[in-house]
Amino acid sequence: MSEDRPAPGRHLRLEESYSFSSPVIDYIQHAAEHGLYEIRGLGAKRQLPSFDDLVFLTASLSRYPLEGYRERCETTTLLGTRFAKNPVELNIPITIAGMSFGALSANVKQALGRAATEVGTSTTTGDGGMTAEEREFSRTLVYQCLPSRYGFNPDDLRRADAVEIVIGQGAKPGGGGMLLGQKISPRVAKMRTLPEGIDQRSACRHPDWVGPDDLVIKMNELREITDWKIPIYVKFGATRVREDVKLAVKSGADVVVIDGMQGGTAATQQVFIEHAGIPTLPAVRLAVEALEEMNMFGKVQLIVSGGIRSGADCAKALALGADAVSIGQGVLIALGCNSPHYVRQQTEKIDVTEEYHRLGTAPGYCHHCHTGRCPVGVTTQDSVLEQRLDPDWGATRVKNYLKTLTMELTTLARACGKSNVHHLEREDLVALTVEAAAMAGVPLAGTDWIPGRS
Amino acid sequence: MESVTTVSSGSTPPQVINGQVSLDASRYSTREINDFLHHQAALLGVKQVRILNPDGQHNLAVGLDLPVEVEIAGHAGYFVGGMNKQAVINVDGNVGWSVAENMMSGTVRVRGFASECAGASGHGGLLVIEGDASSRCGISMKGIDIGVGGSVGHMSAFMAQAGTLLICGDAAAALGDSLYEAVIYVGGRIHSLGADAREEPMTPQDHDRIRQLLRRAGLERDSRNFKRIASAKSLYHWNVEADQEY
Ligand code: SF4
Repeated sequence: MSEDRPAPGRHLRLEESYSFSSPVIDYIQHAAEHGLYEIRGLGAKRQLPSFDDLVFLTASLSRYPLEGYRERCETTTLLGTRFAKNPVELNIPITIAGMSFGALSANVKQALGRAATEVGTSTTTGDGGMTAEEREFSRTLVYQCLPSRYGFNPDDLRRADAVEIVIGQGAKPGGGGMLLGQKISPRVAKMRTLPEGIDQRSACRHPDWVGPDDLVIKMNELREITDWKIPIYVKFGATRVREDVKLAVKSGADVVVIDGMQGGTAATQQVFIEHAGIPTLPAVRLAVEALEEMNMFGKVQLIVSGGIRSGADCAKALALGADAVSIGQGVLIALGCNSPHYVRQQTEKIDVTEEYHRLGTAPGYCHHCHTGRCPVGVTTQDSVLEQRLDPDWGATRVKNYLKTLTMELTTLARACGKSNVHHLEREDLVALTVEAAAMAGVPLAGTDWIPGRS
Repeated sequence: MESVTTVSSGSTPPQVINGQVSLDASRYSTREINDFLHHQAALLGVKQVRILNPDGQHNLAVGLDLPVEVEIAGHAGYFVGGMNKQAVINVDGNVGWSVAENMMSGTVRVRGFASECAGASGHGGLLVIEGDASSRCGISMKGIDIGVGGSVGHMSAFMAQAGTLLICGDAAAALGDSLYEAVIYVGGRIHSLGADAREEPMTPQDHDRIRQLLRRAGLERDSRNFKRIASAKSLYHWNVEADQEY
């Protein structure tokens, strides 16, 4: 037998199956081992049509831009002008999304409140009620009314600057909350009236009303209790956006909040995160069209969330018709999420790569918020881990992040010749892909073609 | 701003005599009545309020936070007594959905029947339904005590976390589904129990708890005729072997 004849089978290259790729094999083996769906944090990881697929047609000869440092570009944002005696007035159209105390530590809540207050925007409570820290440190605080009603009470409602009725969220539209036992600390348990350490599922439907006809009356109840002072937001995960927006507006919402499928969560079934809801990009367009069709555009304000990361994302959302955006995951990353280290006493970096490994992940890949073992102390209730997030340092980081986004937003707005970021418009945008053109309802770059329209 | 019903400056203010006042709901809007209860009643030293001609209106006497007695002379709609603190609210008639929802303290008494979700997510206080209550009575309750003189509909005490639901009559299907720490006592028949709810032996403490609640609720029943339903706690932790039927 000659030496140079290949061994049997060696001529076949290593060919991975598309249908049964290594991640799929991994998934099946995990299912076979545990008999339980996988639960994780953060949002959809798959590639989706997004704001990245849009670009601005900034000014040149046909229209002129504004000077960066000399000509003012207004960012003031009013929310809840329809019925509320005291609408929410923010300095910037970038808000901090609802995240629960329980998912986040008290230090994080404090840092978010302080940062938001310094830049003049709002923070939002989450499932589990309002903490004294977040009320104290937030000038403008939006109080969520969720199906679970954990810790919900009329005193906090009257202390709030707006109330947000949460119908659903982008990571799991149609699903309830989850908080695994390791995160039910004594304080969290007390606020939620639950035993410590249980794996807790919260309801997916509200306990006291069902459907839009009831919602009208529920909203009136909240208005009566708050003497019609504060605006009522209605938040849902993006699925049948056109219908949902119309029903919310018909029910009397002051503000509609749409959360696309890139929106984050602290703990949800993986299957839900990746396979339910639509991306933020088409959700904005659908919501704006619904408002326009009802002649309510500009009367009911629209907040968009789900995968908003940069000033460019904010600018594009505003140009498509949103009044403001809301950020969750972005601010957690600003606080050190997925960073290899945490920072002690403002400067000293302590490497925690090893702890990511112990969770079975690595910096940059972590989605392990559900474990309560967050290596950087952001999504934890552990008394040792939570100390890793210094609220002073955290407040500065979030403030810097929000300031950066605002500067990027005004840079793009000025370049489009707008003296107010709310003047950005759909005509300022074109799409780089056919999908994005169809979803956002803007022309494919270099053409005047909007798929489905022309 | 779109126009909304607010306190109409044209209405003549209600007359307070000896801490008592009558508010005619056919003359004053719900907004005016609640505004009076929130902001003027305490200042005027009001102790007793009679709401006449409620005519099934929604959101009457919601968000109260004062030691006042409110008598609603007729039927009320949704959310009557919602988020109550301190006040004693009596409804001399039937009520719509979610009476005393998210109540914190005080008492709400319905002399007639209650529609769905009575006492939903209540954190404290006492809710009494002298007649029957429809489905999901005590859903998501968090410490409230509820006494029902008649029977309750299906899925009552769903995901109930804390407090007591005392049912003198029968309970329809799936009673106490996904219960946490709340305890249910049933005097009549139970059509079926929900996931994770189970009957447990009665102890002397249970008899005491029932006697006290019956007394507070003004319901005259024999405390010995009740069954105790509580959580089997098998849903407290993820369980691979469970059939996921819940
Ligand atoms: S680093 Fe912390 S916040 Fe970020 S994904 Fe991991 S556990 Fe969640």
